[in-house]
Amino acid sequence: MNLKVDLCGVTLENPVMTASGTFGSGEEYSEFVDLNKLGAVVTKGVANVPWEGNPTPRVAEVYGGMLNAIGLQNPGIDLFIKRDIPFLKQYDTKIIVNVCGHTTEEYIEVVERLSDQPVDLLEINISCPNVKEGGIAFGQNPKTVEGITREIKKHAKQPVIMKLSPNVTDITEMARAAEAGGADALSMINTITGMKIDIHRRCFALANRTGGMSGPAVHPVAVRMVYQSAQAVKIPIIGMGGILNAEDAIEMILAGATAVSVGTANFTNPRVSEEVVDGIRAYMERYQVADIKELIGAVHDR
Amino acid sequence: MHTTHEKFEEMATILKQEKIAEGIYSMWLGTKEIAAHAKAGQFVSLYCNEGSRLLPRPISICEIDQKEHAVRLVYRVVGKGTDEFSGMDAGMQLKVVGPLGNGFPKGEKKAFLIGGGIGIPPMLELAKELDCEKQIVLGFRDELFLMDEFKEQGEVYIATEDGSAGTKGNVLDAIRENALTADVIYACGPAPMLRALKEYAQENDIECWISMEERMACGIGACLACVCKSKEVDAHSNVKNKRICKEGPVFAAGEVDF
Repeated sequence: MNLKVDLCGVTLENPVMTASGTFGSGEEYSEFVDLNKLGAVVTKGVANVPWEGNPTPRVAEVYGGMLNAIGLQNPGIDLFIKRDIPFLKQYDTKIIVNVCGHTTEEYIEVVERLSDQPVDLLEINISCPNVKEGGIAFGQNPKTVEGITREIKKHAKQPVIMKLSPNVTDITEMARAAEAGGADALSMINTITGMKIDIHRRCFALANRTGGMSGPAVHPVAVRMVYQSAQAVKIPIIGMGGILNAEDAIEMILAGATAVSVGTANFTNPRVSEEVVDGIRAYMERYQVADIKELIGAVHDR
Repeated sequence: MHTTHEKFEEMATILKQEKIAEGIYSMWLGTKEIAAHAKAGQFVSLYCNEGSRLLPRPISICEIDQKEHAVRLVYRVVGKGTDEFSGMDAGMQLKVVGPLGNGFPKGEKKAFLIGGGIGIPPMLELAKELDCEKQIVLGFRDELFLMDEFKEQGEVYIATEDGSAGTKGNVLDAIRENALTADVIYACGPAPMLRALKEYAQENDIECWISMEERMACGIGACLACVCKSKEVDAHSNVKNKRICKEGPVFAAGEVDF
């Protein structure tokens, strides 16, 4: 049985990775999960300098999901290179670094700093809904998506994954724009902008007022967007959004995802990423699927 | 003072649950490893059985019974998750991860153990573990709880907002009214209380350890939801933020701004 998938020339042992921002750089979860068993670890977004992030409260639970507005707090690329990459290098898994910035120049600075690092892929976050500059501002207009993708591709030594926002009218426009700009892969979806109000205190639940919604409640939206994008572009797609278990992951793969990321579910079950790998294997045994590639985009009409 | 403690994930069985005051519940959980490793001031992540509630609830440890492999959690019902826990009976099971965070550093100096509201429970295990002269000062809104347990551990002074018992006012009013002094403060409670104690400690030039809380998601230091402002740049975050679940929840009052 083959679980290996190819992601722009990088072979993952299996299609399961962690969603950026939910897993730090893996150290904390390594007490619960054998990182060697994951296809890749996708790190929390890192910028050229340390970012303080947003005021608290930064998270709120909603029915079947959660909102977050962390604001991309990160230690900056220097400490990240010194501490986080060497930590991940101890494991037999692929390293995908999520990159964030306020401006094109800041993204490029991080990408260039990573050029000689043992990093397998870069994931460019142009879809964070919780920062005022950068983030989603780059991800909601096809021209800017194409432009920043092209600029980053000029400087990147590793293959580039563009992480797309679902907060758009037509996801396929953004997917095509990233592909036109030279993206090697896409990942989707980042969180959906939401709001929660504490009716007892009549205040916003989050200090940032709005936050990004994630969790199983957004899963069908993510599956739909992965499916539509897979029809629209030729580059591989990493599917994420509310994956709680292997069934959800397989749904995403059938919709057209080459790999999947598990995010919010880590908070509900710290061992979930490893369990999703086992669950995919069990599904393949049950349906006698010899190669996981047979499942990618294999959905059909009833 | 971030150190890595071993954490355990267990399906814990509720040994006993009772309502001890309006909206406040006491739950004894049978958890072998967590009970064996926990220390005063640490907390556990309690997971809901209802699948729509994804995030664990961080709850401080009120008592540890290593012999009976059990921990006691005393919590206030503040939302749907804690409401779910409060409706569970002995014999039912809950997923729990812990022990989490750092406990209180224990010394031998004459100590104030100060709890306010739902910050009172963790002070009980600390009172049991501390081997020193103790003055326990508890601030309640109105209804008292855990009084018998605390009285076994030392002198107990109380303050109530409505004046129905002890000093009318807050814990500092009780300290002043009774002319109490000590060389170190250990405290858990609402931010205004902790702020006042931090100031009191500075004025009196005594050590002060406070336990903080904030909305959490992962509970283990990965998601960066539950940060508080720190005086100096934190070694892990590389900014002036500390993770309450990991570097805390207990901090030296002087190292955090809140």
